[in-house]
Amino acid sequence: MIIIGERINTGFKDIKQAVMDKNPAPLQEWAKTQTAAGANYLDVNLGAVSGKPEDMIWMIEQVQAVSELPISIDTNKVFILKEAIKACKKPPLLNSTTCDPVKLNPFIEIAKEYGASMIGLAMDESGSPKEVSRRVECAGLIAAAWMEAELPMERLFLDPIVMPIKFMQEQGNDFLEAARQFKMLSDPPPHISCGLSNISSKATEKKLLNRTFLVMAIAAGVDAAIVDVMDTDLLNAAKTAELLANREIYADAYLQK
Amino acid sequence: MQLVDVKEKWTNRINTVTIGATAAEGGTRGKTVTVGGETTLPMLTFEGEIPNRPVIAGLVVDIVPPEWPDTLKNAIGPEIASPAEWAKKAVRDWNVDLICLKLLGPDPLGQNLSAEHAANTVKAVLKAVDVPLIIWGCGDMEKDSVVLPECSQAARGENCLIGPATEKNYRTLGAIGKADKHKLIGEAPVDINIAKQINILLQDAGFNVNDIVMCQVTAALGYGFDYVFTIFERVRIAGLKGDKHMALPQIANVGWETWKVKEACADDDILPGWGKSAQRGPRWEAATAAGYIQAGADIVTLAHPEAIAITKQTISELMKGD
Repeated sequence: MIIIGERINTGFKDIKQAVMDKNPAPLQEWAKTQTAAGANYLDVNLGAVSGKPEDMIWMIEQVQAVSELPISIDTNKVFILKEAIKACKKPPLLNSTTCDPVKLNPFIEIAKEYGASMIGLAMDESGSPKEVSRRVECAGLIAAAWMEAELPMERLFLDPIVMPIKFMQEQGNDFLEAARQFKMLSDPPPHISCGLSNISSKATEKKLLNRTFLVMAIAAGVDAAIVDVMDTDLLNAAKTAELLANREIYADAYLQK
Repeated sequence: MQLVDVKEKWTNRINTVTIGATAAEGGTRGKTVTVGGETTLPMLTFEGEIPNRPVIAGLVVDIVPPEWPDTLKNAIGPEIASPAEWAKKAVRDWNVDLICLKLLGPDPLGQNLSAEHAANTVKAVLKAVDVPLIIWGCGDMEKDSVVLPECSQAARGENCLIGPATEKNYRTLGAIGKADKHKLIGEAPVDINIAKQINILLQDAGFNVNDIVMCQVTAALGYGFDYVFTIFERVRIAGLKGDKHMALPQIANVGWETWKVKEACADDDILPGWGKSAQRGPRWEAATAAGYIQAGADIVTLAHPEAIAITKQTISELMKGD
C-alpha cells in the first residue's frame, strides 16, 4: 500500500496560517510526524492561499528539510508544477491531472523529464463523471497517453474519484467498479489511488467511513491513498485488508512494519 | 497467427546485498561479492535483469563433521584438518566466490568449544583468504548468542554475512550486525510466514532490512526439497510483486545439508543400482544446488570440489542468455 500523507494542506487552518506567516514550524512538525507514522509520500498543497510558485517551493523546501520522503506536489496548475518540481530532491508524485489533453500532455512531459510519478483523475475538465463507463474511458485515455510516452506503469496512479457518501451515496459502488476495471487497463496494471477523506466529507462517523471504505477499495484493487496517516486504526485496517486480499505474505508481526 | 506475448513484467527489484569490505571500505578483502538485484525470476534473462549471477560459497567447517563420508573427506584432502588451509584450497583450486565458515565446534552436543576458539578460527580464515566470509553458527541458539558476538567482533570491518538470525536470537544478532557492520542471514524452519516475521523483527530491532539475506532450513534432495523449493520461489515472487520484506536475496545451505543424507553418504554396496558413492555424493549435492538456484537462491554453499565444479558449469549454462 502506498500511503500519501494529506496533512500539509492549506485547507487546514494551521498550515494556512503558517504559509501566510512563512512560519516553517507547523509544516515541519507535520512532515516529521507523518514520516514517522509510515507515509510513503508527503502531499504538499498550496490551495487557494497563493497562486505563486515560490510559495509552493517554500513549502516543499520546509518539508524536505526534515523528511527524506518524496513529495506529492498537489496542484493542477502546470505553471506551478513546472517550478515546484525543480525544488524536489527525489522524483515526486504529480497530483494531479484530468484526462483533458490540455492538462494531461504537459503533466506527462514533466513526469518524463523528471522521472516523476503521476496521479491521473478519471474525469475531464467538465467535472467528475457519474457513470462507471465514463470513468473508465477517462482512465483509459490517461493510461494510453502514458504508455505512448513510454513511461512505466508502476509510475502511474489512476484515481476513480471518491465522492461524499452523504451527498452521492450511489457513487461508492461506482468507484469500486471503476477501480476493478482500471486494473485491467494494462499488464502490469497501474496503481489505483484515491483521495480517501472525501468519502466522509460533512458526515458524522468520519473515521469509520474512511476505514470501511478503504478496506472495500483495497478489495477492489486500490493500492494507494491520500489519507490521514495519524489514524492508526485506518493504517492497520489497510495492512490487514492487503493481507486478506493475498497481496502480502502473512507474518505474525505484520502490524509492526 | 500472431502469438500473444506472455512475458511477465514485475514491478519491483530484489534488493542487492554486498558482502566483504576491501581496504578502501575498511576491511582487508581483495574483492567483494554482490548478490540480488533481479527484476525477474531466476534465469529468465529475457524477461528482466539479473545483474548478479548466483554465487558459490565454499563450505569450510571448523571441525570435521563426524558423519561425513571418506569420499568427501578425501576429495577435500588433508587440508580438511585446518579451516584456514581448507579455505585457501577452496579459493585457489576450486575457485569459489566466497567462504562459508560453519562453526560446528562450539555445539554443546559436540565438542563444546569456546567462543574464543571460534573467534580465532574466524581470524585465521580471514587471514588465509581474501574473499568475503560467511560465518554460520552451530544452531544452538544459546551457544550461538555467545559465540557469534565474539566472531562478529573478530571480523569487525570485514562486512561478513553472519547467521542464522531466528525468532529466538534476532535481538542479539541484530545488535551485533549493527554494531560491527555485518550483514545477517535470517533463517526460518521451512516456513514463509516465519521468514517474513524474522525480517520484520530484525527491522524492529533497528537492523536494516536491506542488509538481510533470507534462508530456509535447507532440505537436501529427497528430504523435503520440494517444500523448500516452493518457498524460495514464493519468496521471490512476493518480492518481485513489491513486498519489501520478501524482496531480499536468498541463500541455500546445500553443502551442509546434503552430507547428512544417506543418498550422498552411503557406501557403494548399500543398494543395487545406486552406483559408486564417490560419484553419487557430489552429484546429489550438485543436483540439490541446481534446483535451489532455479528456485531463487543467490548464494549456495557447497562442500565437494566436484559439486562446486558442476554447479559452476550449471550457472554458466543457465546464464547463457545473460
